[in-house]
Amino acid sequence: MKTETLHTEDQIWEYIREVTDPEIPVLNIIEMGIARSVSIDETGKVLVKITPTYSGCPAMNAIEKMVMEKLEEKDVDDFEVKLDFSEAWTTDWMTEEAKKKLKEYGIAPPEKSVSDDDFLNSLSSTKIIPCPFCDSFETELQSQFGSTACKSQYFCNSCHQPFEHFKCI
Amino acid sequence: MSTETLTKKDAFKTYLLRLADDRLILGQRMSEWCGHGPVLEEDLALANMALDLIGHASALYAYAAEVEDEGHDEDHFAYFRDDDEFTNLQLCELPKGDFAFTIARQFLFSSFSYYQYELLKGAKDEQFAGMIDKHLKEIKYHLRHSRDWIFKLGDGTEESHQRMQDALDELWMYVGELFFIDGVDEMMRAEGNGADLLSFKDEWKKLVEDTLTEATLTVPDWDQFMMTGSRNGMHTEHLGHMLAQMQFLRRSHPEADWK
Repeated sequence: MKTETLHTEDQIWEYIREVTDPEIPVLNIIEMGIARSVSIDETGKVLVKITPTYSGCPAMNAIEKMVMEKLEEKDVDDFEVKLDFSEAWTTDWMTEEAKKKLKEYGIAPPEKSVSDDDFLNSLSSTKIIPCPFCDSFETELQSQFGSTACKSQYFCNSCHQPFEHFKCI
Repeated sequence: MSTETLTKKDAFKTYLLRLADDRLILGQRMSEWCGHGPVLEEDLALANMALDLIGHASALYAYAAEVEDEGHDEDHFAYFRDDDEFTNLQLCELPKGDFAFTIARQFLFSSFSYYQYELLKGAKDEQFAGMIDKHLKEIKYHLRHSRDWIFKLGDGTEESHQRMQDALDELWMYVGELFFIDGVDEMMRAEGNGADLLSFKDEWKKLVEDTLTEATLTVPDWDQFMMTGSRNGMHTEHLGHMLAQMQFLRRSHPEADWK
Protein backbone atom coordinates (compact mmCIF):
# COMPACT_ATOMS: atom_id res chain seq x y z
CA MET A 1 0.00 0.00 0.00
CA LYS A 2 1.29 3.39 -0.96
CA THR A 3 1.35 6.13 1.63
CA GLU A 4 0.98 9.72 0.59
CA THR A 5 4.20 11.51 1.43
CA LEU A 6 4.86 15.14 0.83
CA HIS A 7 8.41 16.18 0.20
CA THR A 8 9.80 19.66 0.56
CA GLU A 9 12.45 21.13 -1.71
CA ASP A 10 14.93 20.95 1.16
CA GLN A 11 14.23 17.26 1.57
CA ILE A 12 14.75 16.65 -2.15
CA TRP A 13 18.11 18.41 -1.90
CA GLU A 14 19.01 16.13 1.01
CA TYR A 15 18.03 13.05 -1.04
CA ILE A 16 20.13 13.96 -4.05
CA ARG A 17 23.04 14.84 -1.76
CA GLU A 18 23.36 11.06 -1.37
CA VAL A 19 24.11 10.66 -5.09
CA THR A 20 27.86 10.64 -5.70
CA ASP A 21 29.81 11.14 -8.89
CA PRO A 22 30.56 7.64 -10.23
CA GLU A 23 34.02 8.74 -11.43
CA ILE A 24 34.93 10.65 -8.26
CA PRO A 25 33.05 8.85 -5.47
CA VAL A 26 34.24 11.25 -2.74
CA LEU A 27 32.06 14.00 -4.20
CA ASN A 28 28.30 14.21 -4.40
CA ILE A 29 26.53 15.86 -7.31
CA ILE A 30 25.71 18.99 -5.33
CA GLU A 31 29.36 19.57 -4.45
CA MET A 32 30.22 18.97 -8.11
CA GLY A 33 27.77 21.65 -9.20
CA ILE A 34 25.94 19.08 -11.35
CA ALA A 35 22.57 19.37 -9.55
CA ARG A 36 21.38 22.84 -10.54
CA SER A 37 17.88 23.27 -9.20
CA VAL A 38 14.97 21.61 -7.46
CA SER A 39 11.42 22.83 -7.82
CA ILE A 40 8.00 21.48 -6.96
CA ASP A 41 4.96 22.62 -8.89
CA GLU A 42 1.40 23.02 -7.59
CA THR A 43 0.52 19.39 -8.42
CA GLY A 44 3.42 18.20 -6.28
CA LYS A 45 5.56 17.16 -9.24
CA VAL A 46 9.28 17.44 -8.50
CA LEU A 47 11.60 18.81 -11.19
CA VAL A 48 15.34 18.29 -10.74
CA LYS A 49 17.63 19.98 -13.23
CA ILE A 50 21.11 18.64 -13.76
CA THR A 51 23.83 19.78 -16.11
CA PRO A 52 26.68 17.78 -17.65
CA THR A 53 30.24 18.66 -16.69
CA TYR A 54 31.77 17.67 -20.01
CA SER A 55 29.70 17.09 -23.15
CA GLY A 56 31.09 13.65 -23.74
CA CYS A 57 31.01 12.61 -20.10
CA PRO A 58 29.91 8.97 -20.07
CA ALA A 59 28.94 9.34 -16.40
CA MET A 60 26.08 11.69 -17.24
CA ASN A 61 23.56 8.99 -18.13
CA ALA A 62 24.58 7.09 -15.03
CA ILE A 63 24.09 10.17 -12.86
CA GLU A 64 20.67 10.85 -14.36
CA LYS A 65 19.69 7.27 -13.61
CA MET A 66 21.10 7.41 -10.08
CA VAL A 67 19.09 10.54 -9.29
CA MET A 68 15.94 8.84 -10.54
CA GLU A 69 16.64 5.74 -8.49
CA LYS A 70 17.33 7.82 -5.40
CA LEU A 71 14.02 9.67 -5.75
CA GLU A 72 12.18 6.39 -6.20
CA GLU A 73 13.92 4.96 -3.17
CA LYS A 74 12.72 7.96 -1.14
CA ASP A 75 9.13 7.41 -2.28
CA VAL A 76 8.96 10.48 -4.46
CA ASP A 77 6.23 9.42 -6.88
CA ASP A 78 5.98 12.19 -9.39
CA PHE A 79 9.25 13.61 -10.66
CA GLU A 80 11.24 14.55 -13.73
CA VAL A 81 15.01 14.77 -14.09
CA LYS A 82 15.89 17.20 -16.83
CA LEU A 83 19.21 17.97 -18.50
CA ASP A 84 19.70 21.71 -18.62
CA PHE A 85 22.10 23.22 -21.14
CA SER A 86 21.17 26.86 -20.78
CA GLU A 87 24.22 27.63 -18.65
CA ALA A 88 27.57 26.00 -19.32
CA TRP A 89 28.96 24.13 -16.33
CA THR A 90 32.09 25.62 -14.89
CA THR A 91 34.50 24.33 -12.27
CA ASP A 92 33.68 27.53 -10.34
CA TRP A 93 30.42 25.80 -9.38
CA MET A 94 32.33 23.21 -7.39
CA THR A 95 32.19 24.06 -3.71
CA GLU A 96 35.31 24.84 -1.66
CA GLU A 97 34.58 21.71 0.33
CA ALA A 98 34.58 19.74 -2.93
CA LYS A 99 37.95 21.15 -3.94
CA LYS A 100 39.38 20.21 -0.54
CA LYS A 101 38.06 16.68 -0.86
CA LEU A 102 39.47 16.38 -4.38
CA LYS A 103 42.95 17.29 -3.12
CA GLU A 104 42.70 14.80 -0.28
CA TYR A 105 41.66 12.20 -2.86
CA GLY A 106 44.88 12.92 -4.80
CA ILE A 107 43.47 15.04 -7.62
CA ALA A 108 44.78 18.60 -7.95
CA PRO A 109 41.62 20.74 -7.80
CA PRO A 110 40.72 23.32 -10.44
CA GLU A 111 41.85 26.86 -9.77
CA LYS A 112 39.42 29.77 -10.07
CA SER A 113 38.67 30.35 -13.72
CA VAL A 114 39.94 33.55 -15.27
CA SER A 115 38.60 35.48 -18.22
CA ASP A 116 39.52 33.75 -21.44
CA ASP A 117 39.35 36.80 -23.68
CA ASP A 118 43.03 36.55 -24.40
CA PHE A 119 42.82 32.88 -25.31
CA LEU A 120 44.48 33.12 -28.71
CA ASN A 121 47.50 34.94 -27.27
CA SER A 122 47.88 32.48 -24.45
CA LEU A 123 47.82 29.34 -26.59
CA SER A 124 51.41 28.44 -25.80
CA SER A 125 51.36 29.13 -22.08
CA THR A 126 50.75 26.42 -19.52
CA LYS A 127 49.59 26.92 -15.97
CA ILE A 128 51.63 25.72 -13.04
CA ILE A 129 49.61 23.30 -10.96
CA PRO A 130 50.83 22.43 -7.44
CA CYS A 131 51.22 18.76 -6.60
CA PRO A 132 48.29 17.50 -4.46
CA PHE A 133 50.64 15.22 -2.52
CA CYS A 134 53.61 17.44 -1.60
CA ASP A 135 52.40 20.93 -2.67
CA SER A 136 55.49 21.41 -4.82
CA PHE A 137 55.31 23.73 -7.80
CA GLU A 138 57.96 21.70 -9.63
CA THR A 139 55.39 19.93 -11.76
CA GLU A 140 54.99 19.45 -15.47
CA LEU A 141 52.06 18.85 -17.78
CA GLN A 142 52.25 15.49 -19.49
CA SER A 143 48.96 15.48 -21.34
CA GLN A 144 45.95 17.80 -21.59
CA PHE A 145 43.80 14.68 -21.37
CA GLY A 146 43.89 12.18 -18.53
CA SER A 147 41.84 9.15 -17.59
CA THR A 148 38.64 11.15 -18.10
CA ALA A 149 37.85 14.22 -20.21
CA CYS A 150 37.71 16.45 -17.13
CA LYS A 151 41.26 15.70 -16.00
CA SER A 152 44.74 16.37 -17.33
CA GLN A 153 47.87 14.43 -16.50
CA TYR A 154 50.80 15.93 -14.55
CA PHE A 155 54.05 14.71 -13.06
CA CYS A 156 55.61 16.06 -9.88
CA ASN A 157 59.37 16.42 -10.12
CA SER A 158 59.72 16.81 -6.34
CA CYS A 159 57.97 13.69 -5.06
CA HIS A 160 58.17 11.88 -8.41
CA GLN A 161 54.48 11.04 -8.47
CA PRO A 162 52.19 11.27 -11.44
CA PHE A 163 48.93 13.02 -10.56
CA GLU A 164 45.73 14.21 -12.16
CA HIS A 165 44.49 17.76 -12.30
CA PHE A 166 40.80 18.58 -12.57
CA LYS A 167 40.86 20.98 -15.51
CA CYS A 168 39.52 24.45 -14.97
CA ILE A 169 36.74 25.23 -17.41
CA MET B 1 18.66 24.21 -50.10
CA SER B 2 16.28 26.51 -51.95
CA THR B 3 15.73 29.70 -50.01
CA GLU B 4 12.25 30.32 -51.45
CA THR B 5 10.62 27.50 -49.52
CA LEU B 6 12.88 27.66 -46.49
CA THR B 7 11.08 28.25 -43.21
CA LYS B 8 12.76 29.48 -40.04
CA LYS B 9 12.19 26.10 -38.46
CA ASP B 10 13.80 24.24 -41.39
CA ALA B 11 16.74 26.60 -41.34
CA PHE B 12 17.33 26.09 -37.62
CA LYS B 13 17.08 22.31 -37.93
CA THR B 14 19.39 22.22 -40.95
CA TYR B 15 21.88 24.48 -39.21
CA LEU B 16 21.92 22.27 -36.10
CA LEU B 17 22.28 19.13 -38.22
CA ARG B 18 25.23 20.56 -40.15
CA LEU B 19 27.03 21.36 -36.91
CA ALA B 20 26.12 18.00 -35.41
CA ASP B 21 27.06 15.97 -38.50
CA ASP B 22 30.55 17.49 -38.57
CA ARG B 23 31.07 16.46 -34.97
CA LEU B 24 29.58 13.00 -35.13
CA ILE B 25 31.53 12.02 -38.23
CA LEU B 26 34.82 13.50 -37.02
CA GLY B 27 34.28 12.00 -33.56
CA GLN B 28 33.64 8.58 -35.09
CA ARG B 29 36.83 8.89 -37.16
CA MET B 30 38.86 9.87 -34.11
CA SER B 31 37.46 7.02 -32.08
CA GLU B 32 39.18 4.67 -34.55
CA TRP B 33 42.42 5.64 -32.77
CA CYS B 34 41.23 4.09 -29.51
CA GLY B 35 43.78 1.42 -28.65
CA HIS B 36 45.99 2.44 -31.60
CA GLY B 37 47.48 5.75 -30.41
CA PRO B 38 51.23 6.25 -30.84
CA VAL B 39 51.68 6.58 -27.06
CA LEU B 40 49.29 6.02 -24.17
CA GLU B 41 48.77 9.73 -23.44
CA GLU B 42 47.79 10.39 -27.04
CA ASP B 43 45.54 7.38 -27.17
CA LEU B 44 43.66 8.84 -24.19
CA ALA B 45 43.69 12.34 -25.64
CA LEU B 46 42.25 11.26 -28.98
CA ALA B 47 39.62 9.07 -27.33
CA ASN B 48 38.64 11.93 -25.02
CA MET B 49 38.33 14.37 -27.90
CA ALA B 50 36.29 11.84 -29.85
CA LEU B 51 33.97 11.59 -26.85
CA ASP B 52 33.70 15.38 -26.63
CA LEU B 53 32.78 15.63 -30.30
CA ILE B 54 30.21 12.86 -30.12
CA GLY B 55 28.81 14.52 -26.98
CA HIS B 56 28.51 17.82 -28.87
CA ALA B 57 26.77 16.02 -31.73
CA SER B 58 24.37 14.27 -29.39
CA ALA B 59 23.27 17.53 -27.74
CA LEU B 60 22.87 19.27 -31.12
CA TYR B 61 20.92 16.34 -32.61
CA ALA B 62 18.61 16.22 -29.59
CA TYR B 63 17.96 19.92 -30.00
CA ALA B 64 17.39 19.53 -33.76
CA ALA B 65 14.78 16.87 -32.92
CA GLU B 66 13.11 19.30 -30.50
CA VAL B 67 13.08 22.06 -33.11
CA GLU B 68 11.78 19.68 -35.78
CA ASP B 69 9.07 18.36 -33.43
CA GLU B 70 8.27 15.17 -35.31
CA GLY B 71 8.99 12.70 -32.55
CA HIS B 72 12.58 11.92 -33.57
CA ASP B 73 15.49 11.63 -31.15
CA GLU B 74 19.25 12.02 -31.58
CA ASP B 75 19.67 8.37 -32.57
CA HIS B 76 17.35 8.90 -35.52
CA PHE B 77 19.72 11.46 -37.03
CA ALA B 78 22.86 9.48 -36.26
CA TYR B 79 21.74 6.00 -37.28
CA PHE B 80 18.81 6.20 -39.65
CA ARG B 81 19.95 8.59 -42.35
CA ASP B 82 21.91 7.66 -45.49
CA ASP B 83 25.11 9.28 -46.69
CA ASP B 84 23.38 11.77 -48.99
CA GLU B 85 21.35 13.04 -46.01
CA PHE B 86 24.47 13.80 -44.01
CA THR B 87 25.68 17.37 -44.33
CA ASN B 88 29.08 17.13 -42.63
CA LEU B 89 32.17 18.61 -44.24
CA GLN B 90 34.10 16.18 -46.40
CA LEU B 91 37.12 17.19 -44.29
CA CYS B 92 35.56 15.35 -41.35
CA GLU B 93 34.85 12.07 -43.12
CA LEU B 94 38.29 11.39 -44.63
CA PRO B 95 39.95 8.24 -43.24
CA LYS B 96 42.05 8.89 -40.16
CA GLY B 97 45.35 8.45 -42.01
CA ASP B 98 48.52 8.57 -39.93
CA PHE B 99 48.89 10.54 -36.71
CA ALA B 100 50.08 13.63 -38.61
CA PHE B 101 46.98 13.55 -40.82
CA THR B 102 44.65 13.24 -37.83
CA ILE B 103 46.40 16.11 -36.04
CA ALA B 104 46.49 18.37 -39.11
CA ARG B 105 42.76 17.88 -39.68
CA GLN B 106 42.04 18.40 -35.99
CA PHE B 107 43.97 21.67 -36.00
CA LEU B 108 42.17 23.00 -39.09
CA PHE B 109 38.76 21.98 -37.75
CA SER B 110 39.29 23.10 -34.13
CA SER B 111 40.66 26.49 -35.10
CA PHE B 112 37.73 27.06 -37.46
CA SER B 113 35.25 25.86 -34.80
CA TYR B 114 36.82 28.17 -32.25
CA TYR B 115 36.05 31.29 -34.30
CA GLN B 116 32.64 30.02 -35.35
CA TYR B 117 31.62 29.18 -31.77
CA GLU B 118 32.92 32.47 -30.39
CA LEU B 119 30.23 34.09 -32.55
CA LEU B 120 27.53 31.48 -31.97
CA LYS B 121 27.75 31.66 -28.19
CA GLY B 122 26.02 35.03 -28.49
CA ALA B 123 22.99 33.40 -30.18
CA LYS B 124 19.55 34.64 -29.16
CA ASP B 125 18.24 31.14 -28.52
CA GLU B 126 19.18 30.42 -24.91
CA GLN B 127 19.47 26.63 -25.06
CA PHE B 128 21.51 26.81 -28.26
CA ALA B 129 23.82 29.51 -26.88
CA GLY B 130 24.29 27.54 -23.65
CA MET B 131 25.30 24.42 -25.57
CA ILE B 132 27.72 26.36 -27.74
CA ASP B 133 29.29 28.07 -24.73
CA LYS B 134 29.88 24.70 -23.12
CA HIS B 135 31.29 23.07 -26.26
CA LEU B 136 33.56 26.06 -26.87
CA LYS B 137 35.39 25.42 -23.60
CA GLU B 138 36.25 21.96 -24.85
CA ILE B 139 37.15 23.11 -28.35
CA LYS B 140 39.79 25.34 -26.77
CA TYR B 141 41.49 22.26 -25.36
CA HIS B 142 41.32 20.55 -28.73
CA LEU B 143 42.88 23.57 -30.40
CA ARG B 144 45.71 23.78 -27.88
CA HIS B 145 46.38 20.08 -28.22
CA SER B 146 46.49 19.95 -32.01
CA ARG B 147 48.46 23.19 -32.32
CA ASP B 148 51.12 21.90 -29.92
CA TRP B 149 51.48 18.80 -32.06
CA ILE B 150 51.76 20.80 -35.29
CA PHE B 151 54.88 22.39 -33.77
CA LYS B 152 56.26 19.12 -32.46
CA LEU B 153 55.79 17.27 -35.74
CA GLY B 154 56.47 20.12 -38.17
CA ASP B 155 59.61 21.19 -36.36
CA GLY B 156 60.55 17.66 -35.30
CA THR B 157 62.44 15.06 -37.28
CA GLU B 158 62.80 14.93 -41.02
CA GLU B 159 60.18 12.20 -41.18
CA SER B 160 57.65 13.91 -38.88
CA HIS B 161 58.07 17.14 -40.85
CA GLN B 162 57.49 15.37 -44.15
CA ARG B 163 54.45 13.51 -42.84
CA MET B 164 52.88 16.70 -41.50
CA GLN B 165 53.55 18.52 -44.76
CA ASP B 166 52.06 15.65 -46.77
CA ALA B 167 48.98 15.66 -44.52
CA LEU B 168 48.42 19.38 -45.03
CA ASP B 169 48.90 19.11 -48.78
CA GLU B 170 46.38 16.28 -48.95
CA LEU B 171 43.84 18.04 -46.73
CA TRP B 172 44.04 21.41 -48.40
CA MET B 173 41.41 20.94 -51.07
CA TYR B 174 38.87 20.25 -48.31
CA VAL B 175 39.31 23.53 -46.39
CA GLY B 176 37.42 25.68 -48.91
CA GLU B 177 34.14 24.21 -47.73
CA LEU B 178 34.62 25.50 -44.20
CA PHE B 179 33.39 28.86 -45.43
CA PHE B 180 30.44 27.61 -47.51
CA ILE B 181 27.41 29.87 -47.03
CA ASP B 182 23.86 29.52 -48.31
CA GLY B 183 20.31 30.60 -47.47
CA VAL B 184 20.33 28.59 -44.25
CA ASP B 185 23.25 30.61 -42.89
CA GLU B 186 21.70 33.85 -43.99
CA MET B 187 18.36 33.11 -42.40
CA MET B 188 20.01 32.02 -39.15
CA ARG B 189 22.01 35.22 -39.05
CA ALA B 190 18.92 37.27 -39.68
CA GLU B 191 17.31 35.50 -36.70
CA GLY B 192 20.26 36.28 -34.46
CA ASN B 193 21.29 32.63 -34.19
CA GLY B 194 23.93 32.30 -36.90
CA ALA B 195 27.60 33.16 -37.33
CA ASP B 196 29.01 35.35 -40.09
CA LEU B 197 31.74 33.00 -41.30
CA LEU B 198 33.36 35.53 -43.58
CA SER B 199 33.92 37.91 -40.68
CA PHE B 200 36.72 35.76 -39.31
CA LYS B 201 38.07 34.15 -42.46
CA ASP B 202 41.19 36.34 -42.63
CA GLU B 203 41.86 35.97 -38.92
CA TRP B 204 41.55 32.20 -39.17
CA LYS B 205 43.85 32.06 -42.19
CA LYS B 206 46.41 34.11 -40.30
CA LEU B 207 46.29 31.78 -37.30
CA VAL B 208 46.81 28.79 -39.61
CA GLU B 209 49.60 30.49 -41.55
CA ASP B 210 51.40 31.69 -38.39
CA THR B 211 51.20 28.24 -36.84
CA LEU B 212 52.43 26.39 -39.92
CA THR B 213 55.22 28.91 -40.53
CA GLU B 214 56.42 28.69 -36.93
CA ALA B 215 56.38 24.90 -37.32
CA THR B 216 58.68 25.31 -40.40
CA LEU B 217 55.91 24.01 -42.66
CA THR B 218 54.89 25.40 -46.06
CA VAL B 219 51.38 26.84 -46.29
CA PRO B 220 49.70 25.22 -49.32
CA ASP B 221 48.07 27.38 -51.97
CA TRP B 222 44.79 28.90 -50.75
CA ASP B 223 43.70 29.40 -54.36
CA GLN B 224 44.03 25.78 -55.43
CA PHE B 225 41.03 23.66 -56.49
CA MET B 226 38.61 23.18 -53.59
CA MET B 227 35.97 20.47 -53.10
CA THR B 228 32.34 21.53 -52.64
CA GLY B 229 28.90 20.06 -52.07
CA SER B 230 28.96 18.44 -48.66
CA ARG B 231 26.48 20.84 -47.04
CA ASN B 232 23.98 19.58 -49.61
CA GLY B 233 24.80 15.91 -49.16
CA MET B 234 27.62 15.32 -51.64
CA HIS B 235 30.40 13.27 -50.14
CA THR B 236 33.56 11.35 -50.85
CA GLU B 237 33.41 7.56 -51.19
CA HIS B 238 34.60 7.26 -47.59
CA LEU B 239 31.43 8.38 -45.80
CA GLY B 240 29.26 5.51 -47.03
CA HIS B 241 31.77 2.94 -45.80
CA MET B 242 31.99 4.59 -42.41
CA LEU B 243 28.23 4.79 -42.02
CA ALA B 244 27.83 1.15 -43.02
CA GLN B 245 30.02 0.19 -40.10
CA MET B 246 28.65 2.78 -37.68
CA GLN B 247 24.97 2.21 -38.39
CA PHE B 248 24.89 -1.54 -39.05
CA LEU B 249 24.17 -2.73 -35.52
CA ARG B 250 21.55 -0.12 -34.80
CA ARG B 251 19.70 -0.72 -38.05
CA SER B 252 19.78 -4.48 -37.54
CA HIS B 253 18.15 -4.03 -34.13
CA PRO B 254 16.16 -0.82 -34.44
CA GLU B 255 14.20 -1.46 -31.26
CA ALA B 256 17.20 -2.33 -29.09
CA ASP B 257 17.51 -0.32 -25.90
CA TRP B 258 20.67 0.40 -23.89
CA LYS B 259 18.86 0.99 -20.64
